[in-house]
Amino acid sequence: MENSILKDTEAKTVRENEDNILEVRGLKKYFPIRGGFFNTVVGQVKAIDGVSFSIKRGSTMGLVGESGCGKTTTGRTILRLSGEKTAGDVLFNGKEVYNIPKSELNELRTKMQIIFQDPFSSLSPRLPVGEIIGEAVKEHHLVPKEEYEDYIDRIMDNCGLQPFHKGRYPHEFSGGQRQRICIARALALNPEFVVCDEPVSALDVSIQAQIINLLKDLQEKYKLTYLFISHDLSVVEHIADTVGVMYLGNLVEFGNTEDIFANPLHPYTKALFSAIPIPDPEAKMNRIILEGSIPSPANPPEGCKFHTRCSQCMEICKSKVPEEKDMGNGHKVCCHLYDDGAVKS
Amino acid sequence: MAREDGYLSGKESRRISKENRKITAALEKKRKRKNVPESEYLTEMKNPENTVEFENLRTYFYTDAGTVKSVDSVSFSVPMGKTVGVVGESGCGKSVTSLSLMQLLQRPQGQIVDGAIRLNTGDKVYDITKTPETVMQHLRGNFMSMIFQEPMTSLNPVFKIGDQVDEVLLFHKSGYETKEAAKKRTIELLEMVGIANSEGVYNMYPHELSGGMRQRIVIAMALACSPKLIIADEPTTALDVTIQAQILDLLRGLKDKINSSIMLITHDLGVIAEMADYVVVMYSGRVVEAGTAKEIFSNPSHPYTIGLMASKPVVGKHVDKLYSIPGKVPNPINMPNYCYFRDRCDKRKGCCDGAYPGEISLSETHRVSCYLYDEEARK
Repeated sequence: MENSILKDTEAKTVRENEDNILEVRGLKKYFPIRGGFFNTVVGQVKAIDGVSFSIKRGSTMGLVGESGCGKTTTGRTILRLSGEKTAGDVLFNGKEVYNIPKSELNELRTKMQIIFQDPFSSLSPRLPVGEIIGEAVKEHHLVPKEEYEDYIDRIMDNCGLQPFHKGRYPHEFSGGQRQRICIARALALNPEFVVCDEPVSALDVSIQAQIINLLKDLQEKYKLTYLFISHDLSVVEHIADTVGVMYLGNLVEFGNTEDIFANPLHPYTKALFSAIPIPDPEAKMNRIILEGSIPSPANPPEGCKFHTRCSQCMEICKSKVPEEKDMGNGHKVCCHLYDDGAVKS
Repeated sequence: MAREDGYLSGKESRRISKENRKITAALEKKRKRKNVPESEYLTEMKNPENTVEFENLRTYFYTDAGTVKSVDSVSFSVPMGKTVGVVGESGCGKSVTSLSLMQLLQRPQGQIVDGAIRLNTGDKVYDITKTPETVMQHLRGNFMSMIFQEPMTSLNPVFKIGDQVDEVLLFHKSGYETKEAAKKRTIELLEMVGIANSEGVYNMYPHELSGGMRQRIVIAMALACSPKLIIADEPTTALDVTIQAQILDLLRGLKDKINSSIMLITHDLGVIAEMADYVVVMYSGRVVEAGTAKEIFSNPSHPYTIGLMASKPVVGKHVDKLYSIPGKVPNPINMPNYCYFRDRCDKRKGCCDGAYPGEISLSETHRVSCYLYDEEARK
């Protein structure tokens, strides 16, 4: 960026790899807690506390974790939807998202889109479907006026909607079809990168499969890149190429889907995977049941944030924050168990 | 009746609602009689080993757009000390079946119009469909209780946790009549469901607890009077996988402790496989397949069950494209008179155009409603 304010960010805005559409480095997002007599800031919710990853063009990254671990905030912060970030870099196509001037932000918005979790509350009940999908197309002047109707029809057809649905209102559709409308709305702008924030968790099993297949088909057709946020691990394994596991605002493990599912390293990932119910009554269960629930992000534990629930907790975990270790093939983990000098038990 | 696209004229709608009022008023009048003699609602179990038997249960909703047959001739039973899982998509009638059993249907629109639900309380057998409201209050909580889906909405936000659990004990005269005895029992119950700081939680409000903790409170309330039957309506759907594992583990342990039956309603096949001894698969208000968990998972027979299993991605089994059942659930107001699944089925044959298929037994416990297994009809 020529007109970036900070000089040191200028130095950092160099992409590691030309293939990466998105690079996130040390991203932090804190929300203030206000209270007291003068409504002063009394604390901070550390929703994201230093997250780094990168996504290759045309691939899908899955982001998994329990509710409240900061998955959704990560997605929204990347899109610059939740105000200013606290620290870190978000590089989209090599440009820092947060340094783009307002005039260029409009253009960026067409390149990055989001599909929300709940198709029942993310569509305006007062607009017909054709307008919901076309509103942004008009706003950004993407197609000439005479081609507009055809363009909307084509987008709807790609997402499995009929042209006569255009005049109907969202309440006339079922959950699966509403999610198709949300997908059509995101795709109408011809984006390169789409954040899918739990797109299937509100849907039935058979509809879930239809939407997942649709997302995969569209990815092939338009060479899309997805950040797929979900708490359903089986869905993530199916759709994602790389997976990041989040716990309390930190990425504890990151790697290729095959590596992570075949060989989970972090104790949290292991517990999370063992909690997935297997649809086979004779499958042997070797379950690690995590005690308690996720600690408050306003007052996270010292040292490794997971040490309060970890079955392999050591002395060092209580005081020192673990650093990221590369275990080969891009499989990264943040855990003291894999320190060089660590005593393996 | 309603047009194809589901729109009605005002005149038509008024005619339907007038008709509905006539029907529901008659049913309500019958239900509101005072001093119903016991002989009218006490019956015998078909098999005394069962806790609950549903027989040809029909529950209809009389709406202004037409009659919705939410539960249409459903029969199955819950054996003593076993877990029965009911699976199906949303709108298939699994929750309405359980609400019929508890008599918690939205009245006057929702009515049980036919069939029997027999509840075995040990010394007496009640036919729930005919039991008057005053007797139901005695049955609910004491002999059967329900764990609802949303732990966020099923607790009262303005009362303390302790007061809400105490209320169950005091109301049902379960031997803890005094306030002190009830409090002692409540703290015991909270400990039983795995709440560490039970004395502290007793004085907390629901908003101070997380989703998993709230679900534990709801479970504690359901277990307060050691019921014979626990109905768990999607108990873990709103929870994370790790919390889900904790809650399922807890339910399994408690079931053995007080030796009761569980009717588990869910759409997650994984949860069913883990918990259930028997499985009932429902589609559009009907039971399409029923059997032991082993039979259903190793030999799914109805095309819907097969489709449901194939459409769920499984960790460790990689497929390029997920199977998805084409089409969607038929409109509940104008149900076709042929097999409800025919239009979505990839194995349909000529005979599928006929009447709704009857039940065919594949083994002693495994039954399926599909022409695929009907040798005579296929000829």
